[in-house]
Amino acid sequence: MKWLTDRFNYLFSSTKGLILVAIAMIALVTAIWGTLSGPLAEWGVKDFTVRVLGMRLDPIEREGRIIILYHTIAMAVVAIETYMITSLVPMKDARRTAINATITVGYMAAMVFGLAFAYFGHNFVFHGVFLFGQSLVFFAGVMLTVALWPWQKEYRVKSKEYSHFFGDIDGERMAFFIMALAMLGSALFGAVPGSLWGNGHETFLAEDVVREPHKSPLQLAVIGHLHIMLTLIAVALALIIGRWFDFKGILHKWAMPLMIIGTIITTIGVWMVVPFEAIAHIIINIGATPILTASLLLAIYGWGKLIRERLAEKGIENPSFADKVKALLHDPLRFGSLWQMIYMNFPVTFIGIYMAIELDEVFRVWPWREERIALTGHWHILSGIIATIILLYYADIAGLKGKVRQWFGWIVIIGSDLAFAGATVYSIKRLFVDELSEQAFVKGTMLFIEIGLAAVLIALGALMAWRLVDLFRPRGRWSEEFSDPELAPGDEIATGSQEG
Amino acid sequence: MRRVFPLLMAALLVLIAGCASRATGVEVPTFDTGIEPGDWALVPAGEFLMGQHLHETMIDYDYEIMVVPVTNAMYAEYLNEALDEGAVEMDGDQIVGYYPGDEFHGYKHELPIDEGNWLHIQLGDPYLRIVYEGGEFSALEGYADHPMVNVTWFGARAYCEYYGWRLPTEEEWEKAARGTDGRAYPWGNDISPANANYYNSGDPFEDVFGPLGDTTPVGFYNGNEYDGFQTEDSASPYGVYDMAGNVWEWTANVYEGTHYRYMRGGSFRNYDYGLRVWWRNSAGPDFYAPSVGFRCVRDVEGAEE
Repeated sequence: MKWLTDRFNYLFSSTKGLILVAIAMIALVTAIWGTLSGPLAEWGVKDFTVRVLGMRLDPIEREGRIIILYHTIAMAVVAIETYMITSLVPMKDARRTAINATITVGYMAAMVFGLAFAYFGHNFVFHGVFLFGQSLVFFAGVMLTVALWPWQKEYRVKSKEYSHFFGDIDGERMAFFIMALAMLGSALFGAVPGSLWGNGHETFLAEDVVREPHKSPLQLAVIGHLHIMLTLIAVALALIIGRWFDFKGILHKWAMPLMIIGTIITTIGVWMVVPFEAIAHIIINIGATPILTASLLLAIYGWGKLIRERLAEKGIENPSFADKVKALLHDPLRFGSLWQMIYMNFPVTFIGIYMAIELDEVFRVWPWREERIALTGHWHILSGIIATIILLYYADIAGLKGKVRQWFGWIVIIGSDLAFAGATVYSIKRLFVDELSEQAFVKGTMLFIEIGLAAVLIALGALMAWRLVDLFRPRGRWSEEFSDPELAPGDEIATGSQEG
Repeated sequence: MRRVFPLLMAALLVLIAGCASRATGVEVPTFDTGIEPGDWALVPAGEFLMGQHLHETMIDYDYEIMVVPVTNAMYAEYLNEALDEGAVEMDGDQIVGYYPGDEFHGYKHELPIDEGNWLHIQLGDPYLRIVYEGGEFSALEGYADHPMVNVTWFGARAYCEYYGWRLPTEEEWEKAARGTDGRAYPWGNDISPANANYYNSGDPFEDVFGPLGDTTPVGFYNGNEYDGFQTEDSASPYGVYDMAGNVWEWTANVYEGTHYRYMRGGSFRNYDYGLRVWWRNSAGPDFYAPSVGFRCVRDVEGAEE
């Protein structure tokens, strides 16, 4: 019994255990539901999955199923970020415990019962539990926002190296707080149309209606909800990675106000999509710029730090350019977490800008189906990049060292970037190739996507398998993590994560 | 890995550069489906369940719809007649015709569709299955009974109007496709490769052209067997074929605030879910593609409007 309770306590009461459980849940859902589309469906794996698991896939309900699937995964991702925030940002233990417990029950209920409702018949009790689970996640968000309140005296900045306002109010804590507050409002922004349509009545996917000239306010709210939630998840992750790197100094002092201002403006811009669609995009673009700039400042700081630390470790006093590059790349987990933020601009930001500039030659001419593929592609890629950054950070938390750390890191970086590059080129293929000539082109890009994603998923699978096996060891990695359950911000973890 | 990455990128570029048009000279399989192009099916007046969310919709008149899409042979015959009569014009390598224009509302992405001559078909396009030789239009060998493709909305509309018919509205098209019981596909709620021509559905044309495939002869999915490929009779409740897959079909509606025209039915390039009867595609009225065709409807004589 103790064997079981020890593992249970590790998995459900320590931050590292909770993150592991959530990643494992997402990996499991991805492994099963990933067979329902794409090449695995073409190879007949979909039929096997449906038959063996007894799924019921009514064609009329496809969009509803997908919406629930997206939400179940998103809830788990939000939970992972929440665990990281409650561990990295100082707060009372009781609050941390209450937030983590609430969001854990919430995302698990949403995931298990949401998928059960969507794919295994329509038991409306399950749908009710799915909604209850999401409500718990929201309530955990309310508690998190309260816990992050930046004006609490005990959480004022103690070192002036970090961003601070009005004397000693912690700029980074303020950025976390604003992000959490914006996320709560943006969740409601989607919950309102969801509550009207989502109870088994009407559904639509946001990307399905973008070109339509007449959109209802609720449709606009759903489109806005999708985009702002993803943006805020990305903002939260950038702040978390900043904590991991112990982001500080002048760049931190610039980045935090930019992140705060950008988050506020972008969120307001998205909310204004409903009443003032015509100008909302201008506001969003104005808001996105400081967010991207703040992320760039983080990358500059982080890469500089990586280089400095490695050169010092190696005792190189007058490094050549090659020495610096080598130092930068020596730890793929930390390099990659920032590189992915930069890389995101190529398949997401720059493609978006290009499409906007070339509207007359692209979206106004392309058939809807091509536009939809591009739109779907761009936010799937952003989601994927967020997932890889979480994965790289988690690999560090899990204590990967030496060659395993190198292999895992580079497989995730190169595999995912190849896949995202392939997906980007695929989504804009009409710029390069006509309809009936596209077969070879599609095959080529799909090859990149499949090889890249397969590599990442195999790496993830191996990591999860190792952690599963580890749970059966009496004094495995899990017991180390259980005795040191919280994430170590800044230098502590940076030092501890070098080659071992 | 530093060596592998540039090689992979180079391979992609080569792939892009190597994507020339589909090779011509491939022998196209020919099959007689037994379905007569140009036949009509009656759709009686009454309510039906429209869209994914099954909104009750009334069409209070009888109408007839073509049992199968307009074929290449039918369109070639039309071109010969219409060109002789001056209903359409040849402008270089284009067939063009007059359109009275749409009201422009100045919406964000709306493009003006002005009065004047607009493109119907682009002659010489490698995917057009109609050839113009010796002053005569004819269907490309092997494609006579395949759906007419590479035709713009203007070209589809002009064909129907030339014979006194019209393009179906979205409502008319969907009712003809699904009847009144709210089914997802013309034949029911489940789809298999025996029902329709869609991506990777394994029809004999995919054996020749790969999983992307090609158009199939109109009415192909009628329960016949073709070289060992067994189909199911996949007509709609009104006996209309090819309402799911094969080619997208232009519909008539012109909506305020957009220049886009809407297509229904999915095509041989779509996954199965793209063939659900409420699924829409849209493009400008001068858009043409190898996966886009059309069929016409006509009013029933003596029926009350």
